[in-house]
Amino acid sequence: MKGLKFILTGILFGVVMAKSEAVSWYRIQEMFRFQSFQMYGIIGTAVVLGTIFVFLIKKFKINDFSGEPIEFKDKDKNWPRYLLDGSIFGLGWALTGACPGPMFVNLGYGYWPMLIVILGALGGTYLYGIVRTWLPH
Amino acid sequence: MLEFIRQPWPWYISGFAISLIMVMLLYFGKSFGFSSNLRTICSISGAGSRVKFFDFDWHKEIWNLLFLVGSIIGGYIVSQWLSSPDPIQLSASTINDLKGLGIHFDGGLNPSQLFGKDFATSPKGFLVLLTGGALVGFGSRYAGGCTSGHAISGLSNLQIPSFIAVTGFFIGGLAMTYLFFPLIF
Repeated sequence: MKGLKFILTGILFGVVMAKSEAVSWYRIQEMFRFQSFQMYGIIGTAVVLGTIFVFLIKKFKINDFSGEPIEFKDKDKNWPRYLLDGSIFGLGWALTGACPGPMFVNLGYGYWPMLIVILGALGGTYLYGIVRTWLPH
Repeated sequence: MLEFIRQPWPWYISGFAISLIMVMLLYFGKSFGFSSNLRTICSISGAGSRVKFFDFDWHKEIWNLLFLVGSIIGGYIVSQWLSSPDPIQLSASTINDLKGLGIHFDGGLNPSQLFGKDFATSPKGFLVLLTGGALVGFGSRYAGGCTSGHAISGLSNLQIPSFIAVTGFFIGGLAMTYLFFPLIF
């Protein structure tokens, strides 16, 4: 079962995000109001440790499980637009208290109205697919 | 033991686990980025026949959908067996600010006022949730990633575009919180 490891990693993600309350609408509000360290601690720790891990993987040229070198793709260099594009995302993140991952964790938790949010997210993605050729990139 | 696990987990455990998840996916030859799933689901639903952006071989993305399924199961596991009986420890100032907007703190992960049946089935509530989701979906694809792809994977790989995108996430989030919330709620 080649796919099982991805399901298990996903379960770990869902459990961790729910148990640390990172999927909480309230916690996201607390973050945007700078009234608690919780979310900054989570993201900050993940980024600092992540940076160290990525550095070590590159330094020691570590291969993945199938023996292929682990490759890192650079993000598009055309970056000024990221500020505008990112802020569109941010508007939705604060409104729903959920980025794409937590939408699904919350759904599993039993917050079925998240289905409406997910439907919206699929619609937004679809809309982007339609209009992207006319958008500045 | 179960009592211990049921307590809310501190930020450093969560942050460590998230970096570990990123490394595990790298070791599996993949890259941590959740919002790509939205594009994949559009593609599977047949959007590729009408819109070129969705015309790609989604079979290569099945691993990420399995990760998505896992995250739903993870949420279910916590709600069924690992949830804490106590209200979340939200800061008093946030509770107070939200009260000013007419949103009452009920101790759950999400306010039942926004994620309960009454709001979700009202025309306004349905529209708020749908629009919020659409902004997330549109913005994450336009920006080329979401919190996992940019804030975690991108920043860990010291990508300047990701830093700009995360700055944008915050500009949007602050605008929604301080400018639009008083108009919406």
